Amino acid sequence: MKASEELEIKVDGRAVRATPAMTVAAALHDSGQARLRASVTGEPRGVLCAMGVCFECRVSIDGIANRRACLVLCRPGLEVETGG
Amino acid sequence: MAEVFEAEIAVVGAGPAGVAAATRAARLGASVVVLDEGFSPGGQIWKGRRNGRLRRFAGSGARVVTGVSVVAAEAGFLLAERIDTPGQTVEVRAPVLVVATGARERYLPFPGWTLPNIMGIGGIQSMLKSGASFRGKRVVVAGSGPLLLPAAASLAASGARVEVVAEQAPPEAVRRFALGLLRHPGKLAQAIALRARFLRTAYRPGTWVTQARGDDRVREVELTDGTRSWTATCDILATGYGLVPNTELASLLGCDVVAGRVVVDDRQRTSIPEVFCAGEPTGIAGVEAALVEGEIAGASAAGRPELARSLALRRVRLAAWGESIERAFELRPELRSLARPETIVCRCEDVPLSRLDPSRGVREGKLYARAGMGPCQGRVCGPALEFLFGWQSDSVRPPLRPATMGALAQGGDSK
Repeated sequence: MKASEELEIKVDGRAVRATPAMTVAAALHDSGQARLRASVTGEPRGVLCAMGVCFECRVSIDGIANRRACLVLCRPGLEVETGG
Repeated sequence: MAEVFEAEIAVVGAGPAGVAAATRAARLGASVVVLDEGFSPGGQIWKGRRNGRLRRFAGSGARVVTGVSVVAAEAGFLLAERIDTPGQTVEVRAPVLVVATGARERYLPFPGWTLPNIMGIGGIQSMLKSGASFRGKRVVVAGSGPLLLPAAASLAASGARVEVVAEQAPPEAVRRFALGLLRHPGKLAQAIALRARFLRTAYRPGTWVTQARGDDRVREVELTDGTRSWTATCDILATGYGLVPNTELASLLGCDVVAGRVVVDDRQRTSIPEVFCAGEPTGIAGVEAALVEGEIAGASAAGRPELARSLALRRVRLAAWGESIERAFELRPELRSLARPETIVCRCEDVPLSRLDPSRGVREGKLYARAGMGPCQGRVCGPALEFLFGWQSDSVRPPLRPATMGALAQGGDSK
């Protein structure tokens, strides 16, 4: 699959366009979703470091919780569940 | 299942330093394995890029395993877990280790800093390189250090509306730093080229963000120059106060770390035999220094001390560059009083400033307030608390990253 080819991922059940060169964090950002999860006291949180350090962008990907959206590339049919 | 690699040299980190070390060592005939968390080699600076260095690395014979986090390490042995398939481990047995773990950004707490769409300055760069679009977004860039320039330039080039670039360092310090660039003509030309790409935006030294407001995302920030304050509406705030060496792996291996830097000699040897360290973990000095240190570490690791020594001649000048950055962009004391009692300092555990007693230390902060006990393991609040309270980072224990129990159990089993 070419880096520029379009694909579709699912975010909380809704279809989001992306390319295989995009991280899940980038696809979520482009879809307009800033809030990715709720903190331990329920505050909204989103991408901070985008390099795997801060864990603020963690979401569920293909049923596995707490994965860093900034470190995972998009592929067709990938399912993301954000939190909170 | 554990995948096992055996090699003469293992390199952790495939940024410039790790790539340079691995390429040099492999070309000298050593068998080399390189581990990295990214989805391709290049680190943060070369993410999503192709260049001569990466091509030579690809052709060097070094094996590279991307998409893995090193979770445990000891002399001659690394245990890593696959990010894509948690529970799957990679074990590396190699008598010689090169630590090239790079740096991260320093973030400072201020009211509202946890709102979504407040990202790191390096974070924005990483997002751009990961395919994210900031076209048409109003972005305030505020923080400190030479990285503000490339971030603002990349944003402008991508079609973002950069509202202002606020540098906390005073105008005199920035001017002195700019004059110092005359001694580094390459860097001066680079700085001018970068500045030319966002000429319509004000670059304001002596200016910083005091708070951010918003709802489910940032909507506006308050800026000050110390006498006057004003509000800027924005879609994105890019913030970061310089870089912090990633010394955790070196610490875990027992290497001496002084003042936040891994101690190395002129051959990049750490205090532990057969453990070398190169690039930002030895002190923030930029990509050119990382490349030179990487080459030296690669030659040393491959058992070629005479070659390492001849390469070491270029090291000193580049280290001086790192020190001039540190002097020019020293953080102003006003930044220590931005956080209010209710402002969250540890974002993983939502620990507010009022829960922390400055007279106690990192260890106690963990025990009584859980500060630094979340998944980032203090990598975000640690450097902030060092600046706010002078707290020194705690000892490092495995796992270096949150790991599945399965991964840790496997590491124990198969050894």
